[in-house]
Amino acid sequence: MPTLWLFLIVLGIAAVGYVLGRQRALGTVGGDNRRLHSLPSYYGSNVLIKVVVPAFLLMVAWLLIQPIVVGNTISGMIPDRSVDAKGSLGLVMAEVRRTADGLDNAVAQGLMDEDFVTGARADLADVTQRLRDAGQIVTSEVTQPILNAAQRYRVMNATGNLMMTIAVLVVAVLGALWGLRESHGDFRARNTVERSIRALLIGAASIAILTTVGIILSLVFNTIEFFRLYPAADFFFGTNWAPSFSGRGGSSDLGVLPLLWGTFYISIVALAVAVPIGLFAAIYLSEYASPKVRSVAKPLLEVLAGIPTIVYGLFALLTVGPLLLKVFGDDGLGIMQAGTAVMTAGLVMGIMLIPFVSSLSDDIINAVPQAMRDGSYGLGATQSETIRQVVLPAALPGIVGAILLAASRAIGETMIVVLGAGAAARLDLNPFEAMTTVTAKIVSQLTGDADFASPEALVAFALGMTLFVITLCLNVFALYIVRKYREQYE
Amino acid sequence: MYDTPNTERAVDQKDIKFSARGVQVYYGDTHAIKDVDVALEDKTVTAFIGPSGCGKSTFLRCLNRMNDTIDICRVEGDILLDGEDIYDRKVDPVQLRAKVGMVFQKPNPFPKSIYDNIAYGPRIHGMAKSKADLDEIVERALRRGAIWDEVKDRLQASGTGLSGGQQQRLCIARAVATEPEVLLMDEPCSALDPIATAQVEELIDELRTEYSVVIVTHSMQQAARVSQKTAFFHLGNLVEFGETGKIFTNPEDPRTESYITGRIG
Ligand SMILES: Nc1ncnc2c1ncn2[C@@H]1O[C@H](COP(=O)(O)OP(=O)(O)OP(=O)(O)O)[C@@H](O)[C@H]1O
Ligand SMILES: [Mg+2]
Repeated sequence: MPTLWLFLIVLGIAAVGYVLGRQRALGTVGGDNRRLHSLPSYYGSNVLIKVVVPAFLLMVAWLLIQPIVVGNTISGMIPDRSVDAKGSLGLVMAEVRRTADGLDNAVAQGLMDEDFVTGARADLADVTQRLRDAGQIVTSEVTQPILNAAQRYRVMNATGNLMMTIAVLVVAVLGALWGLRESHGDFRARNTVERSIRALLIGAASIAILTTVGIILSLVFNTIEFFRLYPAADFFFGTNWAPSFSGRGGSSDLGVLPLLWGTFYISIVALAVAVPIGLFAAIYLSEYASPKVRSVAKPLLEVLAGIPTIVYGLFALLTVGPLLLKVFGDDGLGIMQAGTAVMTAGLVMGIMLIPFVSSLSDDIINAVPQAMRDGSYGLGATQSETIRQVVLPAALPGIVGAILLAASRAIGETMIVVLGAGAAARLDLNPFEAMTTVTAKIVSQLTGDADFASPEALVAFALGMTLFVITLCLNVFALYIVRKYREQYE
Repeated sequence: MYDTPNTERAVDQKDIKFSARGVQVYYGDTHAIKDVDVALEDKTVTAFIGPSGCGKSTFLRCLNRMNDTIDICRVEGDILLDGEDIYDRKVDPVQLRAKVGMVFQKPNPFPKSIYDNIAYGPRIHGMAKSKADLDEIVERALRRGAIWDEVKDRLQASGTGLSGGQQQRLCIARAVATEPEVLLMDEPCSALDPIATAQVEELIDELRTEYSVVIVTHSMQQAARVSQKTAFFHLGNLVEFGETGKIFTNPEDPRTESYITGRIG
């Protein structure tokens, strides 16, 4: 039985359980709501939870474990020479699965009957042909060990699924009975449901945390692998970035410094654009603009945040770059060689970040209580004095947070850099030179055709890890600042 | 039942500081102040009393144009300060507020140190020539606000870290520090204990020698103790205005009488 059906049936049992639980609870007190400990719906929910939760947990666990068990059994059946012939066990197993799927399809389409499948032993060419007819992609002729394995695979999966169905249904029904038995007037259904909801929320939080941990671990292992192939000192202190392409022959220079420098340079230019403009815009919107202007201008500004970064990249490449080149290029000041430069990417990235800074700061400034402003006006302060000396200091922790958030965005930005800043890793002070950043290089290292086990590809993980550590430090620093000011201002 | 009203206190004929004529205040469609005429004297403490929501704060805020900061608020009529219309175009509300200081109903210290809270006004108006000068102004203001002894050892601590009553006295000190000609106080003692209340009342009495003070209060005893004139508001109307002693012993309007004897409000 397909898993979807099983899922729906369990939900059906749960729905019936809900109704019955409710009725039973009401029944025990002669239909008088007031004599129940909890509202009737809580008794229903209690039954529902007891049906759904154990049954689905069992189902999920089964679906995760069954393929592992079956896979292990089957791979034990495969003779070594088949493995040698295919190259690796993984490929053989893929072939087995494909064949098994093919047999399933063939049965479903009536091209084979169940007896033929289980007995198909003699004519391999015939089996292969029938599989092809059934629309299954079979690369070469099916060999005997693979066919045997595929047959066994089918049988094991079929029994496994059947057992799962029975087990899940039994658990669901048992859960329903358990819940129903509890449904009498004195039972504290409300508290039980409350506890289940708490467990649900904890579960969601831990999934989020576990995923983060998983991502970090995968980064860490690949990074360690990289440092086994490439000296860490050269990576961290190398001033030259020159990976040899193709990953074989020639030694690569994989120094991270030029990339970090590019990242910081571009981010600083971007923040130098975004912070003043964003902050001033926020101050205007929250303190000076009339409600009407505000209701129009704020959404307009936020549209900027909705533009995909690739569009900003195009803007950098096609508009800002050529414009800068006209002024600073050979026809103008002569300090810019090409349209792609730190300045180009930084300016455009700054524009992208304006709504982040302005929108967050605006909310934060608005959250400063009016009483604070009144206090200042009441002492004869002007509007700008009030903003500078009362409103902004009170809003500072939040504003710093907004700026650091924008900084994290700038550091992690890729598309604008690829299109606006070029691909040359360079340690240079001239903001009109092409440079590149860590993120842009991660992309180019992984999209090349280098072998995935070579240092040229693995360096991407080391770069990712470096970036991760840097942004983490930035966030910790932000938290520290925010907390320090909060102590002072609360 | 009240402290002896100070009927015997000499009330000389004094100059008029504020005079209001036909003042109407609207919050959107709500008519909060209805046609109020009143003349507040210089070097006098005037008390505004009346039930909650009757418009005492609203009228007080008209006197230094704090209502300008509320979008939906509209003020009509004339309010003259020393004979000059404060709602005239020529008048700069910022300068007006420097002359007419205010202590708000809810304490609102700035998120700054205690010292900076007090020094805020004097700094803005350039009142101190030197750091020592400023220190002196701050100390004097804190002493007048009856809070100096409690905070003298922690002037650099945050003003928002004080207790509610301390914050209120800090706000009083802050308002006094700018040496306003008129001080508007909206229930300055509502969060204070009897000792601090007595100190604030002493301050009000002291201020009276140089400035005018307008105080909103819900305490009849307080109004009787500190004020020379009393205005009774009811549902946006100024019902009765006159000598404090007379209002408390021999009110003309039946509403005033029922309020001060505790039958309405
Ligand atoms: N910002 C505002 N927006 C709308 N209506 C307001 C506003 N402030 C006050 N009002 C209304 O104006 C009327 C008078 O309010 P006001 O604050 O002056 O009363 P009050 O006499 O000071 O009362 P309390 O003794 O409780 O402080 C009330 O009906 C109130 O609802
Ligand atoms: Mg009030």
